[in-house]
Amino acid sequence: MSAPAPKVDADALFRYVLRLGDLSLVLGQRLGEWVGHSPALEEDLGLANIALDLIGQARLLLSYAGEIEGRGRDEDKLAYLREQGAYFNAILAEQPNGDFGQTIVRQVLIDAFQLELYERMAASRDERLAAIAAKSVKEVRYHLRYSGDWLVRLGDGTAESHMRVQSALDLLWPYTVELFAADDLDTLMAESGIGPDLSEVHSAWSARVDAILNEATLKRPADRPHAWHGKRGQHSEHLGYILAEMQHLQRSYPDARW
Amino acid sequence: MAAARVAAAWQLLAAVEDPEIPALSIVDLGLVRYVKVDPGGVLDVGLSPTYVGCPATEVIRRSVQDALRRGDVGNFKVTTVLSPAWSSDWISADGRRKLLEYGIVPPDQGVSNMRDVLRGTRPLACPRCQSLDTEMVSEFGSTPCKALHRCRACLEPFEYFKCI
Repeated sequence: MSAPAPKVDADALFRYVLRLGDLSLVLGQRLGEWVGHSPALEEDLGLANIALDLIGQARLLLSYAGEIEGRGRDEDKLAYLREQGAYFNAILAEQPNGDFGQTIVRQVLIDAFQLELYERMAASRDERLAAIAAKSVKEVRYHLRYSGDWLVRLGDGTAESHMRVQSALDLLWPYTVELFAADDLDTLMAESGIGPDLSEVHSAWSARVDAILNEATLKRPADRPHAWHGKRGQHSEHLGYILAEMQHLQRSYPDARW
Repeated sequence: MAAARVAAAWQLLAAVEDPEIPALSIVDLGLVRYVKVDPGGVLDVGLSPTYVGCPATEVIRRSVQDALRRGDVGNFKVTTVLSPAWSSDWISADGRRKLLEYGIVPPDQGVSNMRDVLRGTRPLACPRCQSLDTEMVSEFGSTPCKALHRCRACLEPFEYFKCI
């Protein structure tokens, strides 16, 4: 801790905060698709509540990003008027819901990531990020309890439910690598004490996810090199559809208000 | 003068109901973090959200503005306070009593380790018949802050204000 922290310019911080906010926004939007379609009323409530918390996180983060940028864009302008290439979420968040099991697998992977990330970010040198992280982590603990419990029930359930969540895990696992692949921006933030060291987040995440998979009698897939760059704005085809739906109103009726 | 404005504001705020649990005021819930007069003479009210996505947050903000405007406390502003994050421990004793009377079991208090809250299963007493033979139906209920439980003795459902 003797070397002076490197200087972080506004543009770097802006992109970093968007990464965090976009992950929550896109996942929240995805979960919202379940409303009215969940297997039971309790799950409808559960997924909708988690989605709401995620949108809440996104609002705080996007508002902050807009202030850092200083060009008059607020949370709404950033959410509704950015093109796909200006979204910086890791692409795991935008993967389709699939069946309930696939949604739960994606949720466990991201909940555990946000939990480990926010726990560390609560000590960020950036006071605003520290406050948002400290607030959000309390809610994320409830999210992971929900998704983790469901994964155990499904994995350690019937042959059919086990088979379904194992295939979902095999399908989604490769996308987790991007969460922890630190690029220059992640490294700069870690070195300047604003964001956590992603390798630390990775090992804590791994231990947490392993414990859940173990209880769920699921097999952890092997890590493979990743070809995803959502954090740099290169997305799968799925994000375009999400944005088309989410942004439709503001695009068709600019500045429309409630 | 400033002290009188602050006192008047507290009185007005104590009458602002929570839109989802109208039995409680926002002061009972511990959502008002401070009331002060800044050097420019503007009355500043610090408000915390319970959950970051709680839709009631916006309604509460508006109710506070309306109440302050009606109460004639002069220029004011409402500031959102995130840190330290709101805790269910800040619900007042009065608030906890009102919750229970309203049929909502108040949250566990003074929990130092969240892991115990998440895993530990202190049996909740049914607010109707006090039986401890109760179970959780869904950890997410009608609002972000409540979980849904049910009593196996009297068979009635009830809500639990989650510890956070």
